[in-house]
Amino acid sequence: MPAENSKKSNNAVATRWIYDPKVRGILFQVLAVACVAWMLFYFVSNAMHNMESRGIATGFSFLQHRASFGIVQTLISYSEDDTYGRAFVIGLLNTLLVSGIGIILATVLGFLIGIARLSNNWLLSRAAAVYIEIFRNIPLLLQIFFWYFCVLRALPGPRQSIDIANAFFLNVRGLYIPAPIAEPGFGIVAIAFVIAIVGVFFLSQWAKKRKNLTGQPFPVFFSSLGLLVGLPLVVFLIAGMPLHWELPALKGFNFRGGLTVIPELFSMVVALTIFTAASIAEIVRSGIMAVSKGQVEASHALGLKNGLTLRFVVIPQAMRVIIPPLTSQYLNLIKNSSLATAVGYPDLVSVFMGSTLNQTGQAVEIIAMTMAVYLTISIVTSVLMNIYNAKKALVER
Amino acid sequence: MSKLKYLTGVASAVALLVASNAQAASGDTLANVKKKGYVQCGVNDGLPGFSSPNAKGVWEGMDVDVCRALAAAIFSDASKVKYIPLGGKERFTALQSGEVDILSRNTTWTLTRDATLGLISTATNYYDGQGFLVKKSLGVKSAKELDGATVCVEGGTTTEMNLANYFNANHMKYTPVVFDNNDQTVKGFESGRCDVYTSDKSAIYASKTKLADPNSVDVLPEIISKEPLGPMVRQGDDQWQLLVKWTVFAMVNAEELGVTSKNVDEMKTKGSPDVKRLLGLDAPDGTTLGAVKDWGYQIVKQVGNYGEVYDRNVGKDSPLKITRLENNLWNKGGFLYAPPVR
Repeated sequence: MPAENSKKSNNAVATRWIYDPKVRGILFQVLAVACVAWMLFYFVSNAMHNMESRGIATGFSFLQHRASFGIVQTLISYSEDDTYGRAFVIGLLNTLLVSGIGIILATVLGFLIGIARLSNNWLLSRAAAVYIEIFRNIPLLLQIFFWYFCVLRALPGPRQSIDIANAFFLNVRGLYIPAPIAEPGFGIVAIAFVIAIVGVFFLSQWAKKRKNLTGQPFPVFFSSLGLLVGLPLVVFLIAGMPLHWELPALKGFNFRGGLTVIPELFSMVVALTIFTAASIAEIVRSGIMAVSKGQVEASHALGLKNGLTLRFVVIPQAMRVIIPPLTSQYLNLIKNSSLATAVGYPDLVSVFMGSTLNQTGQAVEIIAMTMAVYLTISIVTSVLMNIYNAKKALVER
Repeated sequence: MSKLKYLTGVASAVALLVASNAQAASGDTLANVKKKGYVQCGVNDGLPGFSSPNAKGVWEGMDVDVCRALAAAIFSDASKVKYIPLGGKERFTALQSGEVDILSRNTTWTLTRDATLGLISTATNYYDGQGFLVKKSLGVKSAKELDGATVCVEGGTTTEMNLANYFNANHMKYTPVVFDNNDQTVKGFESGRCDVYTSDKSAIYASKTKLADPNSVDVLPEIISKEPLGPMVRQGDDQWQLLVKWTVFAMVNAEELGVTSKNVDEMKTKGSPDVKRLLGLDAPDGTTLGAVKDWGYQIVKQVGNYGEVYDRNVGKDSPLKITRLENNLWNKGGFLYAPPVR
């Protein structure tokens, strides 16, 4: 009998762990991960097998092959002799450029309009409302086409360019501006600029400390601006102005020399900015409205004027509400920049998923890479915004 | 429109990723087509003369007629075709993934495409070459004068590469502006964004008809590439490939033998032994290809011989009025030379 009893209890020990919720939790998570991993493995190996059996080339060696197509705008040097890998980088940089400019401009414009929407001035707030309703509700692609094919196409041809001071030329091919060409000695100016940046950093630290200790405000913004512009300028003059401007000039068909802002970039930036700013404006409005009225009244009671109330009391509190949806607008803008291909702006989708995909035919690799890039950009943006959000979060003392 | 295209592209790639039965899609296309009751045909999304919907919404053109002839050979009914309009970028994936049975979309026959896409070119139904279109006001008479020009080109085409090669070879500089589809490319050229529009000559003539003022432009004399255009199918399906290939050959042979859609009924009784074999009245008939017995008769009766198809779509009876030149029969100074039906 006792021997049987001990056998029973051994069995109970052996099976008891199944009923432990902690162990079960881990078990099921491991199973879930294994399932996902198995599915991924199945998809990938299946695709590889299918492609192999159909004689479709696979692998990433195509990135080292000669691209042999031209690209209209390249931030780093590129020629037809470069590889598909470099074309990929060119497209990526162009995507980052258009999204970066778009995010900055859309944020500025969105905040201005969002605040204007809440203005006591009837005309201003109605105008902001009309802006928001119009641009938020028209599909982005239509807006891009509008700016590109309707507005910019109305500009004159290269030979009838709009000419400003013989240095700036605007025509249907883009905006041509003088390009700064550094001469020997320009390095000192650059060093002066770096010193100015360091100076601004310490200045702001000092001003913050002083304000905390004495309550005396210091005009950090204007003094920083003075430092950033003034110091390099003084050095520049002392060094004997080691810089000349390369002016664009009409040669043959087009302007050569100088810098060119192509209309594709311009129309993309304008459309992305105006479209996204409308959404950002609504986010800003809702953020400001989320700050309780008592805060404004308290601030007014302290004697702060409207502008200062907005700057020091309302906006800081509103930011907590604004940042999360603002992040998603940024992500939208980045993803929407892929519509660039419709107007011939050489972004990642156009260069890589367009020209490269068609010439190599390696759809799976190229689409996977492109998706990975957008995923990475989005995750990085979102992480940065979350860090910013954590900094702005309400600190309870 | 453009977003939709990417969806198609991505969907095709995903289909390729998860399609578990590779053989079903690539092995017996003909059996699948017969089961479905129609040919799923990938065509250009709008190129007058080659494939574009007419005022009634019916697809028309040289490339469309290949699919119609194929349907006539399989079902004795040229209307049993479903058209999937495809852009330059998603066309190959659509064929690879089995979304279409045949790609009949002014696609150039190249080594890369035959060797690395898992696809295979069947026959050439149009001999083309890349050219340039400029505004007359520019005063340019030759492509050699185009140094520094801005060029509008459709993305994802062999055109893009030829363009780069031509300018490099002639030590000239150019700025490419690459659009998503042909319509936008032409619009970009028309509005003055570019000095030059480049494409296959056939596409240039077709696009010219879309311009507000077709007389304000000039086609430059240079032809900078060879562009044999024709239908493509998936590799590993010899029977289907044979049928597509011989459908094109049948139309060329019909023209050579003087069989037209008008006289084909008469030829059925009065024609030479060669004609009778072509029409499927004598062995080897259409059943050897998996088609209906009188496949040749159905093709010529319902679609026409090559010359008729050419004249109707791009030649003298069409708005394009492209002279036949290399697309004439071999015994009339052109390249068209189909193996005999014997």
